[in-house]
Amino acid sequence: MTLTLAARRQRRRSAAVGLAYLAPALLFYCLLLLVPFLRSVYLSFTSWDGISPKQWVGLDNYRSIVESEQYRAAFLHAFVLIGFYAVLTMAVALLLVGIIGSSRVRGLVVLRTALFLPYVLTPVVTGVAWRWLLAPDGPVNALLRAVGLGGLARAWLADFTWALPSVGLIGTWMLLGFALVLLIAGVQRIPTELYESARIDGAGAVREFLAVTLPGIRNEVTVVTVLSVTAALRNFDLIYVTTQGGPGSATEVPSFLVYQQAFFVGNLGVAAAMGVLLTVLILVLSIVILRPWRKG
Amino acid sequence: MKAARAQTITGQVVVTCAAAIAVVPLLGVVMMALAEPGTQDSTIRWSDTFHVGNFADVWRLADLGTALATSFTVSVTSTVLTVLLSVPAGYALARFRFPLRNVLFLVLLTGLMLPNESLIIPLYFDFREFGLADNLLGVVLVETALGLAFGSFWMRSFFRDAPADIIDAGRVDGANSFVVLVRLLLPMAVPQLLALVVLTFVWSWNDLLVPLVMLSGGRDVTAPMSLATFQGQYTTDYAYLSAAAILTALPVVVVYLVLQRSFARGITSGAIKG
Repeated sequence: MTLTLAARRQRRRSAAVGLAYLAPALLFYCLLLLVPFLRSVYLSFTSWDGISPKQWVGLDNYRSIVESEQYRAAFLHAFVLIGFYAVLTMAVALLLVGIIGSSRVRGLVVLRTALFLPYVLTPVVTGVAWRWLLAPDGPVNALLRAVGLGGLARAWLADFTWALPSVGLIGTWMLLGFALVLLIAGVQRIPTELYESARIDGAGAVREFLAVTLPGIRNEVTVVTVLSVTAALRNFDLIYVTTQGGPGSATEVPSFLVYQQAFFVGNLGVAAAMGVLLTVLILVLSIVILRPWRKG
Repeated sequence: MKAARAQTITGQVVVTCAAAIAVVPLLGVVMMALAEPGTQDSTIRWSDTFHVGNFADVWRLADLGTALATSFTVSVTSTVLTVLLSVPAGYALARFRFPLRNVLFLVLLTGLMLPNESLIIPLYFDFREFGLADNLLGVVLVETALGLAFGSFWMRSFFRDAPADIIDAGRVDGANSFVVLVRLLLPMAVPQLLALVVLTFVWSWNDLLVPLVMLSGGRDVTAPMSLATFQGQYTTDYAYLSAAAILTALPVVVVYLVLQRSFARGITSGAIKG
């Protein structure tokens, strides 16, 4: 009896100590992330210019986002960018991993350093670099002219049709090496016996990829997809430096509009609603992508 | 055997090409940074001199010295704070039982997905009231909070996997949980701590939105902000822009290169364990 009492007291003490360790982080987290987020949600139901009193408008801001062609286009652009950042990146990375297969790559440490570099680099720097690379007389166009494709040369980031895909391809460039390294690391964790037995069964390269490699790197594929989808939706820096949403509104995306509507137009309710929608989109997409993995 | 060998060679070529695609555009930027400035022309020519002076010019024109110092202050302080807060938080989440532990962990984990865009508006207006707008401390606090979610999660997975007998041994010797943490566990956690340091440093250095809004008064400027403004002034002077871009990226690239093993470990296992 005394033992259980002592044990209970001990347990209560340990719980208090644990909470004390967690408390400072939790306080930071609540004050600087959770409360501001909830206040964003509140703001999204108001009309506010930052100076005069807020007015409760219910769902009006969300309605105006859904009804406005410009805002709808921004979300559409975000999905196009997901196509480049996440889908195209993953397709290329999987193709390359399929070619590499289970073979050991030499000098992977050095190559990995290079492959990660675009992912590490400050996005503002990446943007400045690609604005030059894609400039009318820049290296990309010079290369096209040199191989006789001069007809394709254009001011990529100022072109109504090509600005958005260009930004998307910059995203692919940022994430491809990152995706490749993670997937290769995943392949290297697959037991080599699985590959050997696949070969003994007479599996070709495609069968081997589908039956051994792909199931073996499912986790890596999931994680890279979540991170690159998130990167596509949170690309304020790149848009800010390369196109500012232009030409016209060809590259406007939600993360840029939040900033523009809030701090230039003073349309804070709509900007907050846009931020909330962006968060919901990130959460929903992440959960949808992660779900099959959680089950497995 | 022959097929396997062919695949090894192809694999090597494929990875090398992918690495080249990552690096060659950046080498172009380095070359451009040494070209003749102010030509309004973005082609690289092998001019007979390397204009090393570009770096000194942009250092002066964009006031990069001050901006880099500001970025250093913000990144180093928020990295230290993130580590100081994440270590005990991860320890608590992995090694202690208390009510709502899993709920609190899930709430923290959600923080990984909250975009800055959904926080920045109320943060700005609240900080303005508390005198934290146009104040580096404000940026440091936000960057720390943004790093915390990953940090707690990352340290939790280390403490969870730490061998239980070491902790028990400490307990038997009568050491309290803090002594166990500092004397026994943290010395084992050096690789994880380094990974956390390099990741939070890189993230806070690279961020544009938070300092852009929080420091909009213009008294303090971080390096990425300074580069963005510089681009606004020298729109097509690609030699100057490239030089300024390199100086802005250099600290992050150096930290990354020095700690690249830790970085890779943090990114790969940190991501996969999620």
